[in-house]
Amino acid sequence: MPHTTRSPTAPRNRVNTALLHTWSKPLAFVLGLLPLTWLVLAAATNQLGANPAEALVQQTGLWTLRLLCLALAITPLRQLSGQAAWARYRRMVGLYVFAYASLHLLAYAWLDMGLDTTDMAADLAKRPFILVGFVAWLALLAMASTSFQAAVRWLGGKRWQALHRVVYAVALLAVLHFFWKRASKSNFADVAVYASVLGLLLAWRLQRWLTNRAHHPA
Amino acid sequence: MPLIPHAFRDASLLPSDITPQAVYDTRREALRKLALGAAGASLAGWAGRDAWAQTQRPGKLAELNSHKSTIPGAMVMDKPTSYADATSYNNFYEFGTDKSDPARTAHRLKTRPWTVEVDGLVHKPGRFGIEDLLKLSAQEERIYRLRCVEGWSMVIPWVGYSLSELLKKVEPMGSAKYVMFQTLADKATMPGLNPQVLDWPYTEGLRLDEAMHPLTLLAYGMYGEVLPNQNGAPVRLVVPWKYGFKSAKSIVRIRLTDKEPPISWGRAAPREYGFYSNVNPEVDHPRWSQATERRIGEDGLFAKKRKTLMFNGYEAQVGQMYAGMDLRKLF
Repeated sequence: MPHTTRSPTAPRNRVNTALLHTWSKPLAFVLGLLPLTWLVLAAATNQLGANPAEALVQQTGLWTLRLLCLALAITPLRQLSGQAAWARYRRMVGLYVFAYASLHLLAYAWLDMGLDTTDMAADLAKRPFILVGFVAWLALLAMASTSFQAAVRWLGGKRWQALHRVVYAVALLAVLHFFWKRASKSNFADVAVYASVLGLLLAWRLQRWLTNRAHHPA
Repeated sequence: MPLIPHAFRDASLLPSDITPQAVYDTRREALRKLALGAAGASLAGWAGRDAWAQTQRPGKLAELNSHKSTIPGAMVMDKPTSYADATSYNNFYEFGTDKSDPARTAHRLKTRPWTVEVDGLVHKPGRFGIEDLLKLSAQEERIYRLRCVEGWSMVIPWVGYSLSELLKKVEPMGSAKYVMFQTLADKATMPGLNPQVLDWPYTEGLRLDEAMHPLTLLAYGMYGEVLPNQNGAPVRLVVPWKYGFKSAKSIVRIRLTDKEPPISWGRAAPREYGFYSNVNPEVDHPRWSQATERRIGEDGLFAKKRKTLMFNGYEAQVGQMYAGMDLRKLF
């Protein structure tokens, strides 16, 4: 009777192989387009409720947060699972965060403010959380515009990495932006969910940084 | 000399509300062609259905008969919001803070039996059963604009009668200066009674002259039927020149007082929500502009928001009540 023992690392390798498959990246790209496709179809067929403009602003914001959680989960996932192939998806997810954040900003500026710069300036002064969101978007813009190989070479690895650590600030600003928006209704249930997920992902990095520092004293 | 005599002008009518001649002509032409066609008769009827569809009952709840109100300002010409939008996009925090929550959860509300206690500084206090209240005065249909403090608006055909009809029955004392409204707070049926959000029960208030104004409506129905639970069944207040939160839903007590009654939103954020809360495009909410509004279901996705009107367009009827008042201070 043939005796087969499955190597304990087999499932791990299978995931890694799947992540490395030729079609995996195009598939991930298509998945990233799904929320947008859904929103466009729902808007076109009047499925977004009584206030579609408000729904579009809200949904693009929520998808930005979800993708931001995913983007920040990639490095912990790679480290904890030992599946190096996760790294292949980091840039794409990051660019999707920027894309949905840009749609969120566009929906606000166009659907809510009618692209009126005077109205937007007045709104910015009245609602500091809008400013918080805008600053976070600027940070994402800086990352997105230096996301290409040429930019890494041009900046040099160390400086590039330092610049891209701004994503941690983006996570904090995004939670603050969401919390502030919901403060008017004292409804923090889903704010707490995103804050815990992002908090956990940042705490993991902090913990790792502290242990690394302890092992290699300067 | 103005083209249209002043007496015939409606201040609330914007130039953009007027159908352009070209569009009007195209519609006429299309209707004429329809009428001439083989199936013309039936198709012309179909094309014209918009004209009477608005007053048609949605057929969801019990009918509530009424006659058209003759009170000045009670029948705005704006197109009523669709019943679907008016019953699915609601602020009724007792049933949850999301606008889609009340439509989902308000079915738990028990509207029978229902009594409204009317007391305080009145000669004839009383407990009124809902069946008696429904018959207390003739039910009228009134088409009001509704402007939410959040910056959106609807147009609702309400059914009810002036609150003054009820107040006259209880005979307010000379010392009565204000009216307090208290709404239901029932833990068993209302999942949103979170003390972190507001102090429950929800209370609202009006000055006595505001409460006695004929436009101040005690509503029992909308769109020719009894009120859906999410819209404040079985009886609610509608004060069309004030922000929507002043129009208390599912009322259980009306009390006449000599002091300004505390209001729920005013207690939660005194800097943001005043006792008067008259619709006023010139006085912004501390956190957003009140100059414009989005008309639900009416303005296209990419349309600019429409200008908010002073006293929500009811200035001719209610403006004199606030003569000499600093509306920036008494917001």
